[in-house]
Amino acid sequence: MRIDSIKNGIVIDHIPAGKAMQLYNMLGLDALECPVAVLKNVYSSKLGKKDIIKIDSTMEFDMDLISFVCPKATVCIIRDEKVVEKKQISLPQTLTDILTCKNPRCITTTEQGIHQIFRLTSPEIGEYRCIYCDTQAK
Amino acid sequence: MRSLIGILDLSVEEIDELIAVADDIIANPAKYREACKYKTLATLFFEPSTRTRLSFESAMLSLGGNVLGFSDSNSSSAKKGESVADTVSVVSGYADIIAMRHPKEGAPLVASMHSLIPIINAGDGGHFHPSQTLTDLLTIRHEKGKFEGLTVGFCGDLKFGRTVHSLIEAMSRYPDVKFVLISPDELKLPDFVRKNFIEDKGLEYQQVSSLDEVMPQLDILYMTRVQGERFFNEEEYLRLRDTYILTPEKMKNAKDDMIVMHPLPRVNEIDTRLDEDPRACYFRQAHYGKFIRMALILKLLEIQV
Repeated sequence: MRIDSIKNGIVIDHIPAGKAMQLYNMLGLDALECPVAVLKNVYSSKLGKKDIIKIDSTMEFDMDLISFVCPKATVCIIRDEKVVEKKQISLPQTLTDILTCKNPRCITTTEQGIHQIFRLTSPEIGEYRCIYCDTQAK
Repeated sequence: MRSLIGILDLSVEEIDELIAVADDIIANPAKYREACKYKTLATLFFEPSTRTRLSFESAMLSLGGNVLGFSDSNSSSAKKGESVADTVSVVSGYADIIAMRHPKEGAPLVASMHSLIPIINAGDGGHFHPSQTLTDLLTIRHEKGKFEGLTVGFCGDLKFGRTVHSLIEAMSRYPDVKFVLISPDELKLPDFVRKNFIEDKGLEYQQVSSLDEVMPQLDILYMTRVQGERFFNEEEYLRLRDTYILTPEKMKNAKDDMIVMHPLPRVNEIDTRLDEDPRACYFRQAHYGKFIRMALILKLLEIQV
């Protein structure tokens, strides 16, 4: 199997095995015209097995979303086929329009044009709560 | 411009300042009679309230200001489907400060994001009610003289009782406070409140289902109403409603200087015979509410007297 190296784009590495397609869908990568490679169940000395996504595009990606779905992933920025930056991501402090509040009494259930915002309340267990009603994200 | 959405929006020092101003208002009401002359408070009450709305209105009138607003969503454009953001954007042009009660949790926060003037959360569903908490704190300071080292018992609905959660949050910032949580299993304090504001702060607490056994150790007994509107099952509500009824007989085991607080309205959880007991301070508590709200309005309008 041959996968060309990326000229300009990003590589999302150390995705837990089996999570790549979830991230692929949430990032909307199916809509891209550029080459996108999804590698599943790749051998990893650290994780045993991991997934990798390579995207040959300089467009901006939602880092908060990547961090939320795969908080232990590594993001490498590639320019002219070289790694120019390696980001060890962590859980974002806030998530905007990624989750939906499930509390039927929350204002987000009735107010139009409102952003769904959750804040990180417990980094140890990855707990997020709605900023409006403090309900824990499911 | 600042709004007050939850009690933790205020630092301990700011709460001390508010209490000091409220004390000065109680001692020298005439000094404040025209402090808010030509200022207008809008009371936007999307659900019914007696005490809180009247207390805010009385506070503003005692400061020489004006009041406008509505006391029920049926008499506002909300009935036509107007959003909170639009309502507040409009009212911002008619008043200098808004006190808002809304059945949806988080509505006052949304309002503060769109308002040109300060918003005071006067209760959002089962979520926050910071001016009640300020009222409770002023009451405790007046009746007990301090916050530190007190043993506070919360009795009744600790699950849905927003005043309980907020007061625990506020009191947990003072040293050596002990909490006694008295409720049936179904109405226990939510885990995240217990963990974040009691356990993580290393404060002592007890969780029990019998009021009688803990009564002698309490400095404050904070009674709550089991709120029918929070239940989907009428039978369950009726069963839990009568779990704790405070009577003069039960008060025999209490300390002579213990105080009984209640955010009101009460249904049957406090026997009316107890009203004569000087330790029953819930009506005094309601009166303190006006003074702390006066102090709060002055603070948010940045008026110094």
